[in-house]
Amino acid sequence: MLEIGITHYLVVGALLFVIGMVGVITRRNVIIIFMSIELMLNSVNLNLLAFSRLYGLHGQVFALFIAADAAAEAAVGLGILIAFFRNRETVNVDEVHLLKW
Amino acid sequence: MTPVATPFFFYFLSGIAVLCAIIMVTKINPVHSALALIVTLLACAGLYLMLYAPFMAGVQIVLYAGGILVMFLFVMMLVNIESLYIEKMLNKQWIVALAATAMFAVMVIAGLLRGAKTLPQHVLDLPEQNNVQQIGLLLYGRDTGYYMFPFEIASILLLVAVVGAVVMAKRRV
Repeated sequence: MLEIGITHYLVVGALLFVIGMVGVITRRNVIIIFMSIELMLNSVNLNLLAFSRLYGLHGQVFALFIAADAAAEAAVGLGILIAFFRNRETVNVDEVHLLKW
Repeated sequence: MTPVATPFFFYFLSGIAVLCAIIMVTKINPVHSALALIVTLLACAGLYLMLYAPFMAGVQIVLYAGGILVMFLFVMMLVNIESLYIEKMLNKQWIVALAATAMFAVMVIAGLLRGAKTLPQHVLDLPEQNNVQQIGLLLYGRDTGYYMFPFEIASILLLVAVVGAVVMAKRRV
């Protein structure tokens, strides 16, 4: 088998990003949309760490910041989800179209 | 010291990560999706270890797989999932998803074909014994603390997120 380089990790990160993006676009359940967003953030982390193998430790610090961002986003998103479910008794995103033209 | 970044472990971990990500997107029960996402995140932690980032691997396990996914599972207790089985899973946007995937694939392939030569050929020698110390010096060091101000901004961001989550999730008084 050939040697594992940085581009292998970039390909894996791109695959995870595409899977998360397809989940965000096609699913109706808002919980799974949030989990897909977490997966996309995680693939970005994988890319940053792969590049930090080439350019130094700054990529790992940025990955740490992205992890903090993911935690904040999950907290706010799940708070919105609970308020939404209390008002509408549904978790489907396409039934929320008050602001949609 | 024998290197841990063998091709077998790379293909094993990345295969598990991609397979469980696909399972996560295609399962109808969100609890199954959350469990598949935990496996994906743990496999990614293994990939981080292979990239000589042991601190981020630990953060990944503790914060993502331990914290965020437990929060997801708690929220799933609050919403009922029995009604999910009788309504359809996907909305009608698979053409958009297909187009976005095709554009992303073209971008990645073009980037890898053209840009792989512009990357540095030699990987850096990142010591894994003092990885946490190096990251701590980048965050808090007197002369090398480039990221001290962004770190404070991140703490304010987390404070705002906590206050916002509590305000939105509490009952109306």
